[in-house]
Amino acid sequence: MSDLPKPEESLSNLDHEPPQTGWLDTPIDIRKGMYCYAANPKSQKYVGFPHAREWNPVEDDWKLPENWQEILHQGFKERLDRFRSVKIFMDTCVRCGACADKCHFFIGTGDPKNMPVLRAELLRSVYRNDFTLLGKILGKLNGARPMTENVLKEWWYYLFQCSECRRCSVFCPYGIDTAEITIFGRELLNLLGLNIDWIATPVANCYRTGNHLGIQPHAFKDMLDFFVDDIEEFVGVRVEPQYNKKGADILFITPSGDVFADPGTYTAMGYMLLFHYLKERYGFDITWSTYASEGGNFGFFTSHETMKRLNSKMYAEAKRLGVKWILGGECGHMWRVIHQYMDTMNGPTDFMETPVNPITGTVFENAKSTKMVHIMEFLADLIKHDKLELNPKRNDHLKVTFHDSCNPARGMGLLDEPRYVINNVCNNFYEMPANTIREQTFCCGSGSGLNAGEDMELRLMGSLPRANAVKYVHEKYGVNMLSCVCAIDRAALPAMTEYWTPEVDVTGVCELVANALVIPGEHDRPTDLRGEDLPGWEEPEREEKDAE
Amino acid sequence: MGLEGLLEKHHRTIVNKWFDSVVRTYPADTARFLKKQKDPFANPVGRTTFNGVEGMYDQLRGEMDDEAIVSFLDPIIRIRAVQGFTPSKAAGFVFSLKSIIRETIGGQLREKEDLEGLMALEARIDRLGLLAVDIFMGCREKIYQLKANEIRNRVFSAFHRAGLVADTPEDGPETNKTIE
Repeated sequence: MSDLPKPEESLSNLDHEPPQTGWLDTPIDIRKGMYCYAANPKSQKYVGFPHAREWNPVEDDWKLPENWQEILHQGFKERLDRFRSVKIFMDTCVRCGACADKCHFFIGTGDPKNMPVLRAELLRSVYRNDFTLLGKILGKLNGARPMTENVLKEWWYYLFQCSECRRCSVFCPYGIDTAEITIFGRELLNLLGLNIDWIATPVANCYRTGNHLGIQPHAFKDMLDFFVDDIEEFVGVRVEPQYNKKGADILFITPSGDVFADPGTYTAMGYMLLFHYLKERYGFDITWSTYASEGGNFGFFTSHETMKRLNSKMYAEAKRLGVKWILGGECGHMWRVIHQYMDTMNGPTDFMETPVNPITGTVFENAKSTKMVHIMEFLADLIKHDKLELNPKRNDHLKVTFHDSCNPARGMGLLDEPRYVINNVCNNFYEMPANTIREQTFCCGSGSGLNAGEDMELRLMGSLPRANAVKYVHEKYGVNMLSCVCAIDRAALPAMTEYWTPEVDVTGVCELVANALVIPGEHDRPTDLRGEDLPGWEEPEREEKDAE
Repeated sequence: MGLEGLLEKHHRTIVNKWFDSVVRTYPADTARFLKKQKDPFANPVGRTTFNGVEGMYDQLRGEMDDEAIVSFLDPIIRIRAVQGFTPSKAAGFVFSLKSIIRETIGGQLREKEDLEGLMALEARIDRLGLLAVDIFMGCREKIYQLKANEIRNRVFSAFHRAGLVADTPEDGPETNKTIE
């Protein structure tokens, strides 16, 4: 009862129109459901993040270090010198507004401070004040303002309402990558111990045990062994995944979400079935690692140094095992880190070979430097060379659409390969509207470490533009399955669909592939990899279908 | 012209005013965007709202089919239920239709039956408002449920399927049995 307004407050509160103040004068209102819990100091300490402490975003006192302004100013200065891009992004924007209405968080929340240009202005205003002559002289007239606690809180609140998806940057005529501004801003916040727990604890876990949940190697293997049993039941063959095999041709790395979280687990079963098929048919030699048991890189959301440390584990494992190259699973920011940062951070990887598909002979020139191939490129190559026996009819009960995950799509240009694969394993594929897919894809709303439970309102608002397009193809074509190639998507989109379009389920593409793959020695397979009955594949119908 | 004729004649004005009354509950910069951008995929909040109020206006004047009304009202409230509006602010726009109609055509109603018709229409709008509160509550409950189940649905169920979670046996924990 204590939360209920008093009658007079309630009545004065019935004015439905918000205050019409400019953004600089609109005070910040930190609302529940819009932010993630503060980072656990234990996790922060584990990876040596500074100023680890208990603090609460809704309390006035954030327990900042005494000289926090100095730390921030110094951190800003160092990074302006270190990253030329940051300096250019600070100076170049002419506030044309091309990015303003392109952000899923602005579209969903309706909060102007989520316009990418304004989110960046939060930092630029301080930049002008601290580092430009005009800003120092003209102050607010030049859009400059000094760093205060309120400004800092505004930074924190809105920098964690950006999923670094880069949709806005597609529209910027100057090529400003606003996601880089968020990355930079979050790195500054990290200097003050102001991170969120959904990022800090996965980072610590990943650093210590190799994956976000902190699952130890034996449990990791137990989960995969359990999938072996499930596959045997649903398919009729017993797959034999290899673990930490020295001298294997290829190392497989995927986000741990595929191993531990539904519906990603079915995608993991898909990988296993695919590798089994390739081993039986072509002697394919691939190993999983219980040490590099995480593709995702949440270090990316803290600092460049942490991103580098987590990324290096994958390559250290590749070196230890002596593999020729790495095959990467369906992941989002793993690919962004590989494609955009890995080579500078931990390259050159001269201990591996330029990836060659041992089955088709295709040389993956695009991966010459990182030695890491995306499973969609690999699959598309196999299908193109007719190396997979597929029966897409087994997916006939599905009407599938494809959500381009931001990082593979915008971060590495992986647009056609997943579609090629899906079209070869499904007969019913429908695209969402053009301005919501490919380079213009809308984020799931939960990327960059925002995939928690406590910020559900934020996530639902962020996912609205995507859900709106899903709803359209559901109503128009009867689409009932949303496919994607990212573990965060697989974890986040089910909540989105449950709220916005409950009739649509979520799947990884490799799950669709495995359901269509004809495995040597398989039984009748009346179910899919989820153990759910396949309509039309009960015994008699199956015979009819075969006779067709 | 009678009530029905006037409602039909001023259809565009009333719908636009009603839409404006919803849009004004957002900050000025956002309101401009919601009105200007006509692409439903670039502006789901604006277009869902516009289509919804237009559809509801037609329903209010006609049969008021419950299913149809919900199909227009639900998407608007579903959006507002996550946007931090209080229930009164989320659903309040429904009632503003009453004053919009009075302001637009009220002065032209002469006949008693038209005034009675207006009162009946307003009673329908009240029903719509109550329906909006129901939908709002349903959405909030769904959000709480999603929050509560977030971890359990994903990680826990995978672990559970794999038999990695030790369930307490129905006849009590193991330790008790040993003591016995």
